[in-house]
Amino acid sequence: MPTDLIMEARRQAEICNACRYCEGYCSVFPALHRERAFADGDITHLANLCHNCRGCYYACQYTAPHEFDLNLPKALAEVRQESWKTHAWPAGFGQLFERAGSVLALVLVVATACLFALAQNINPASGEGFYAYISHGLMIVIFAPAFLLPLAAIGVSIKSYWRNTGGGTVQLSDVLAAARSAGRMKNLEGGHGDGCNFEEEDRFSHARRYAHQATLYGFLLCFASTSSGTVLHYGFGLEAPYALFSLPKLLGIPGGILLCLGTGALAYLKTKANPILGAPKAWGGEMAFVLLLFAVSATGLLLYAATGTAAVSALLPLHLGTVLTFFLLAPFSKMAHGFYRMAALTKEAAHERENA
Amino acid sequence: MADNPDIVVIGGGNASLCAAITAAEQGARVLILEAAPKAYRGGNSRHTRNFRCMHAGPLGPLVDSYSEEEYFDDLLKVTGGKTDEHLARLAIRTSEECLPWMEAHGVRFQPSLSGTLSLARTNAFFLGGGKGLVNAYYRTADSLGVVVEYEAEVTHLELEQDEIVWVDYLKNGVSYRISPKSVVVASGGFQADVDWLARAWGPAAENFLIRGTPYNRGVVLADLLDQDVEQVGDQTQCHAVAIDGRAPKFDGGIVTRLDCVPFSIVLNKNGERFYDEGEDVWPKRYAIWGRLVADQPDQVAYAIIDAKSLNLFMPSVFPPIKADTIEDLATEMDLPVSAVRATVDGFNAACGDTSGFQPTELDGVATGGIVPAKTNWARPITEPPFYGYSLRTGVTFTYLGLRVDENAQCAIGNRPIGNLWAAGETMAGSILGQGYLAGFGVTIGTVFGRIAGREAAKHAN
Ligand SMILES: Cc1cc2nc3c(=O)[nH]c(=O)nc-3n(C[C@H](O)[C@H](O)[C@H](O)COP(=O)(O)OP(=O)(O)OC[C@H]3O[C@@H](n4cnc5c(N)ncnc54)[C@H](O)[C@@H]3O)c2cc1C
Ligand code: SF4
Ligand code: SF4
Repeated sequence: MPTDLIMEARRQAEICNACRYCEGYCSVFPALHRERAFADGDITHLANLCHNCRGCYYACQYTAPHEFDLNLPKALAEVRQESWKTHAWPAGFGQLFERAGSVLALVLVVATACLFALAQNINPASGEGFYAYISHGLMIVIFAPAFLLPLAAIGVSIKSYWRNTGGGTVQLSDVLAAARSAGRMKNLEGGHGDGCNFEEEDRFSHARRYAHQATLYGFLLCFASTSSGTVLHYGFGLEAPYALFSLPKLLGIPGGILLCLGTGALAYLKTKANPILGAPKAWGGEMAFVLLLFAVSATGLLLYAATGTAAVSALLPLHLGTVLTFFLLAPFSKMAHGFYRMAALTKEAAHERENA
Repeated sequence: MADNPDIVVIGGGNASLCAAITAAEQGARVLILEAAPKAYRGGNSRHTRNFRCMHAGPLGPLVDSYSEEEYFDDLLKVTGGKTDEHLARLAIRTSEECLPWMEAHGVRFQPSLSGTLSLARTNAFFLGGGKGLVNAYYRTADSLGVVVEYEAEVTHLELEQDEIVWVDYLKNGVSYRISPKSVVVASGGFQADVDWLARAWGPAAENFLIRGTPYNRGVVLADLLDQDVEQVGDQTQCHAVAIDGRAPKFDGGIVTRLDCVPFSIVLNKNGERFYDEGEDVWPKRYAIWGRLVADQPDQVAYAIIDAKSLNLFMPSVFPPIKADTIEDLATEMDLPVSAVRATVDGFNAACGDTSGFQPTELDGVATGGIVPAKTNWARPITEPPFYGYSLRTGVTFTYLGLRVDENAQCAIGNRPIGNLWAAGETMAGSILGQGYLAGFGVTIGTVFGRIAGREAAKHAN
């Protein structure tokens, strides 16, 4: 991991440790104030606790032009980005983070084109709805490994991250506590409940928190929808297409709408936020990822709306192409942040339990 | 509106914002003239962290109660009686309603503090510190239609027949003149004008560091005192503490604070000790060390500790100088080696039984037979590595100011000036003649800022 990024974050963390005015904004500061000296792993842990809400930047009396030149959101964002790169597995793939935007576009085009070609050329003899275009068997052949392999890669990365930041044995209660905190986006409340600074300098708002929540829950609903489809298919022999009042649809349609709105709002907010308070190199990749998630949900909803029309032949490969891209790049795109953030919150929960 | 406001408020810190918001809420059109650029707006207020608040029962983040009598006693202790009782009690009593007022105008407080401070009963800490407070007030002021001109330095107020008839200010090299109905001065002390400090203190002041804003140069204060507006306090009074000698000349703020003194020996540049480092717990002795250091040659001092004391105090922003021997440490700190060695040896020999050492309270672990004695926490400096910090005098603010009455109104002779009010540091001398109580600066600014805003609006409407 490049030591200059760590050193810069450490320099700033030491200033914060002498100041402590931002205690209360988020989980970063209590974790920071526990230490007197910061090992590299400590800095990495702090970086993954930070969600770039910028509260501590706008409140800081030492930001440029002051010679102390504090910009903690940026310093931590850069370390965070580097830490994902360093822990990415297989090793060389970490480079993808740097070029996330273009890689994502490329994978998307290739994946969609392949699925399109498959749909055109290996037309199944029978099959209803979508399966009339791509057989169920073929979908499984493509998507099962495309889902499981990246998940395994993330597992390896998180394990290495956990070791590097000095995490101990994991307890279920800590993971649940972390999940509760993430589920409420507690840290995005800003400590006082007024929200964060993001899109309009020092104005506090919940916009980013709500947009992120819509994205998270929309995503989880979509995921649950797909899972319920799988269960219905294998467990009960009920095959797609499903009716409106079926579990996959009842989960999937609100999920798709939430995901669409959430990612649309996140992308908009990102265009409003000052880029120099984040990691400049990561901006493009993060934006591309948000737009990809938007495309996943938008094409999914369109596909549903187009059921029974000829448009399905084009929309289906497009939608599946976005989903495939999302899965394949999950370990090397912004998606990874969810796992690292959970790990960091779990570590904090463990600390709290041990010191309770 | 910038050229035709009802009220001009001079300064962009806490007192100014409280005045501007209060006046704007009463319907006045308010213009704030702030000398600093936007990035540095907020004067010394941007460096603050808490305010002291009376309360009859639990209030916001404050636990228990803190009565008017106790608050006033605390004040008397630090001012040695040099207190205007009437105005002090007004500030204390009004502080209780300030906390909800601050919250209603966007200020947020820290729920509770894990740090080393035990002020949860008397002082409410701002979430995000003083800059967070100032930002919230600027947002509120903006929503009330208050106009702010940054980089606008007021140079002169024209006083004619007990009224301010115009205000001159400079912005981008261009001079402007406006004639508001009311004027509120909230432009702080004069500590950033080092020449003025040197006139008051002698050349030693050139070596002082200024803990807060470089924009409080006392321009308006001098201008008004020249026109015989009533003054209070004298120019030699200031609040000064010992801070890290490597701090920037201006605006180093809270992080340059050094809490190591009670566990150290402090030497001057000749390598000699000059005062009892263990006289009392640091928060109580914090403020006298500014003057002690100011009286030493070149206005500098050096605190030396050994390995066993390193983790007993809050970390500070600059890492200490570190060496394996006292001789190396002295060399690295540019101190006379043999003198330092002799002082350390003498001190170590004077240390007695240290088994009662208790870092958080007066432990009576004292030296015997040396002058000056160290009366608490006296443990020999023996365990390498050794650490050293340089100390300089850091000026927080000056006391010389404008005399005001209970309506925050300024006077000339014993006649009130019809349309001039003052709030904050610039009139704090009306309440405190000397000494300082942590968190009282923001209390004075909030209480008298609101009064000044109310009176200025009453006059203008
Ligand atoms: C490091 C530090 C920490 C402190 N911590 C605390 C604390 O925790 N609690 C507490 O109660 N007090 C604290 N104080 C003291 C406190 O800062 C003051 O008592 C209080 O904030 C003063 O507020 P004010 O509005 O009067 O002055 P300031 O906040 O200093 O505002 C003065 C304003 O006037 C402007 N100005 C000056 N000259 C001109 C001019 N000619 N024209 C136009 N504008 C001008 C300045 O730019 C500035 O905006 C601290 C001070 C320092 C330096
Ligand atoms: S970000 Fe600035 S104000 Fe906040 S704790 Fe750090 S140094 Fe202090
Ligand atoms: S940017 Fe937000 S989350 Fe990150 S350290 Fe600052 S206050 Fe905490």
